[in-house]
Amino acid sequence: MHIIESGNVAAATGVKLSRAQVIAAYPITPQTPLTEKLSEFVESGALKAEYIPVESEHSAMAVCIAASTAGTRAFTATSANGLLYMVEQLHWAVGARLPIVMCVANRGIGAPWTVWNDQQDTISQRDAGWIQIYANDHQQIIDSVIKAFRLAQTVSIPVMVCYDGYLLSHTYMPFDVPDQSKVDSFLPAFTPTHFLDPENPGNFNTVTLPDIRPDVDGEMAPGYIEIRHNLHQDLRAALDTYAEIDKAFEKEFGRGGNPLVEKYRCDDADFVAVCIGSLSYHLRDVIDIMRENDVKIGVMGVQMYRPFPDKAIIDALNGKKCAIVFEKALSYGNQGALYADIKAALYTSEKKPRIHNYILGLGGREIKTQQLLDALTASCTSPNTFEDTPSWIGLKL
Amino acid sequence: MTTRTFCNKISRSKPGPGDGGNTGSWRVLRPVINLEACIPAKRNKKACFHCWLYCPDSVVSKTIPPVINYEYCKGCGICAEECPADAISMVDESTHPVEEK
Repeated sequence: MHIIESGNVAAATGVKLSRAQVIAAYPITPQTPLTEKLSEFVESGALKAEYIPVESEHSAMAVCIAASTAGTRAFTATSANGLLYMVEQLHWAVGARLPIVMCVANRGIGAPWTVWNDQQDTISQRDAGWIQIYANDHQQIIDSVIKAFRLAQTVSIPVMVCYDGYLLSHTYMPFDVPDQSKVDSFLPAFTPTHFLDPENPGNFNTVTLPDIRPDVDGEMAPGYIEIRHNLHQDLRAALDTYAEIDKAFEKEFGRGGNPLVEKYRCDDADFVAVCIGSLSYHLRDVIDIMRENDVKIGVMGVQMYRPFPDKAIIDALNGKKCAIVFEKALSYGNQGALYADIKAALYTSEKKPRIHNYILGLGGREIKTQQLLDALTASCTSPNTFEDTPSWIGLKL
Repeated sequence: MTTRTFCNKISRSKPGPGDGGNTGSWRVLRPVINLEACIPAKRNKKACFHCWLYCPDSVVSKTIPPVINYEYCKGCGICAEECPADAISMVDESTHPVEEK
């Protein structure tokens, strides 16, 4: 069934279809309508879940950690400073290997206070160990939420589904709402690998010593470094797992096929624009204009940022003349995080493209098609003249 | 499909002696049971066992008499505090030199 609704409602509907059992969230712009919609679903009985109101985002994640440790399907959502307020618990959730799913409506971080969109909030959490999926439109939001629950419970790693605040969270777009029965068969009831079980009492994540040691039953228990190594290996393997889940989703619902990166007119391109989120769809308009003028250019959206899909990115960019990376976030004092990651991935590739970095749209600064066109034209006209440092778009100095 | 078994290394443990590592090496004060005052030892009955119940490291045995496993006893003194017969005293570890293995 197709409906016309906001991105936040698309996310909430995905959570309802996924039959989340415990929801704890603290409202923050621009995520608020998502949590409001979920509380409506719970209040009306449309979603049989425990909705736990909390006094902060730190508590929201703490509740999800407890609920997930008890073996339930847990969900929360936040934005910007709310995400940063739960950072200590973010690391706990991933270290404890809990399959929590969280939506983040991307928003700039204060100070200075801003409520508008950029992606500094989630990009700054790239090293926590959470899986990060980015949606480019409403259909991808609802689909990604459903896939995220299956991915999280398959690999026992929490997943963030991120989408641009306002640009997606508050705009209305038609999208297909999958049938509940189909979602139920795609996403079977949650059977946790480990959970608090009164029949088999135990401690989780108490002080774990630097070295391995025998436990009370004489079995060798891992030390901290072994547990963290296992997390990293599982994250790397999650790239393939997500591709498989996406394939299963496509078979069932007829949508998907771009789990890690989403390419548009890239096959014969000399130049490829790269970015994360809804900007990649905005860039398609610019690419179409340039194609009319015989510039061989395409655009690639990075759909999964952590674990980093380095192979897919190398495949897409190897042999191209130039990759142009647009970012609504910055590793302050260095470069765009995505740009630096892509540069590192390409280091060993045989036919390295030139690579440029543009920073734009911070704190919701409007991104105009003409600005993108000018930037891409400059990059395509003289790819060899750019320095290894970000150029800023639309600065009014 | 991937055959990998995910999440096969987590921090999960059962409560028991040694669960916190070699905690015996932390000990400064050693709990010593005076068997003449200890209720189960004195009455030869399975009774009391407050020391067994309260020990956070599960290193006191539920036997007659109760026996403390000094390999893991960290010397916290909770048993001495809880003992209703005041049968446990905390003795400076320096008067009991650690035996080298």
